[in-house]
Amino acid sequence: MIRLFWLLSKRDIKIGWHGGSTSSMVVAFFIIVVTLFPLGVGPEQNMLARISVGVIWVAALLSCLLSLDRIFQADFEDGTLDQYALGPLSLELAVISKALAHWVTTSLPLILISPLLGILMNMDDRAFLPLIYAMLAGSPALSLIGTIGASLTVSLKRGGVLLSLLILPLYVPVLIFGVMAVEASVLGTGGNAPLLILCAITLFSLAITPWAAAAAVKLALE
Amino acid sequence: MHKFANPARFLRISKIITPWCFILTVVSMAVGLYWGLFIAPEDYQMGSAYRIIFVHVPASYMSMFVYGFMAVASAVGIIWKHPLADQSARAAAPIGAIFTALALFTGSLWGKPMWGTYWIWDARLTSELVLLFLYFGYLGVWEAIEDTAKAARVAAIVALVGAINLPIIKFSVDWWNTLHQPASIMKSGGASIHPEMLWPLLICILAFNLYFVTVILWRIENLIIRRQIRGLQIRLAEEGQNHG
Repeated sequence: MIRLFWLLSKRDIKIGWHGGSTSSMVVAFFIIVVTLFPLGVGPEQNMLARISVGVIWVAALLSCLLSLDRIFQADFEDGTLDQYALGPLSLELAVISKALAHWVTTSLPLILISPLLGILMNMDDRAFLPLIYAMLAGSPALSLIGTIGASLTVSLKRGGVLLSLLILPLYVPVLIFGVMAVEASVLGTGGNAPLLILCAITLFSLAITPWAAAAAVKLALE
Repeated sequence: MHKFANPARFLRISKIITPWCFILTVVSMAVGLYWGLFIAPEDYQMGSAYRIIFVHVPASYMSMFVYGFMAVASAVGIIWKHPLADQSARAAAPIGAIFTALALFTGSLWGKPMWGTYWIWDARLTSELVLLFLYFGYLGVWEAIEDTAKAARVAAIVALVGAINLPIIKFSVDWWNTLHQPASIMKSGGASIHPEMLWPLLICILAFNLYFVTVILWRIENLIIRRQIRGLQIRLAEEGQNHG
């Protein structure tokens, strides 16, 4: 059971990294979105420093969103998803393995590249480590909640817009506490509490995602 | 509840209830609004501008009440697979979205003279806006999926996930506000409100509730009848094919 779970995760991670190099495209999108902000609001250093954390979080959210439809799409089209449903691994676990693969192929590269973007945005020196911690704590929730959205829209022809409409409101708490964790630790007002809440949101999503997403996948396969 | 789950029986009963609900809605809304807008005393600080609360507060309250209703109906639909529950949730969603939009609109009208701006990123305003997006997402599901039975299941999952997340969003936004903004200008109402203002407010809330009941009964009737028409059309088409 456990072995099968890791096998599935490994398969999806390999596809994410090799097949069409999804990860690198998402990272490129992430960098471009952040680059747009200085162009939009002007290159004034203080202003950039002030908005840097929020911009990086928003860009991470959007990049994550962009790659969600790939979680199930290919497997749904070529029938692999049917095999998952028939296979010995319960669909609830299979869904988690999908979310895990999405996190490794999308969120992890974003986290690794984010310090570089922090430099571009003139982010406060003290914000770099907290930003990485906050993203490590919050990004699994993005992948998990996103998996629910992806499973709900997989059988639709043009599910992309609907997917963002469904998912972005649910991303609001992660964004708020993600930014708060970084800013509070820079100001020295205790970044621990928001960080713990981020962990709580992640664990909470981990608890509801398997059931919701597996139910949605079953519907899509009907 | 199972007794009312039969669409035919529902139609029979709703035919009796709906006119009464309609009359009660009109009466209570007329009384509540007239009392609130003309009889209730002026606020010593805000003058007559405060009177918008007689629309604003019931609308905001209903925006959340309807989402709760939708979530419960969706849960019933998903557990007992009653088509009527799915239809109720579906029928409620646009009403809830309108209430939410009305709450935002009246709130911003009130905010202009009081706060000097139509919109501030206050915690309540923001969470209400997110609620509106949740309604849009839910309605989007019904739009996007043609097969009604399947759309009902998907929409139910969306409504339930949204319902679980709504308190989280609400309280995250509350926290976010305390860090970024000074204390809100709006003083907390509740017990501090004068009875002369409280009574019309309560009547308005009741009127909005009755309005919701009336409209949702109408809408469910409508959806049921539309489904029956579709069924008849399909049968007609089949018969036409058999003969032809």
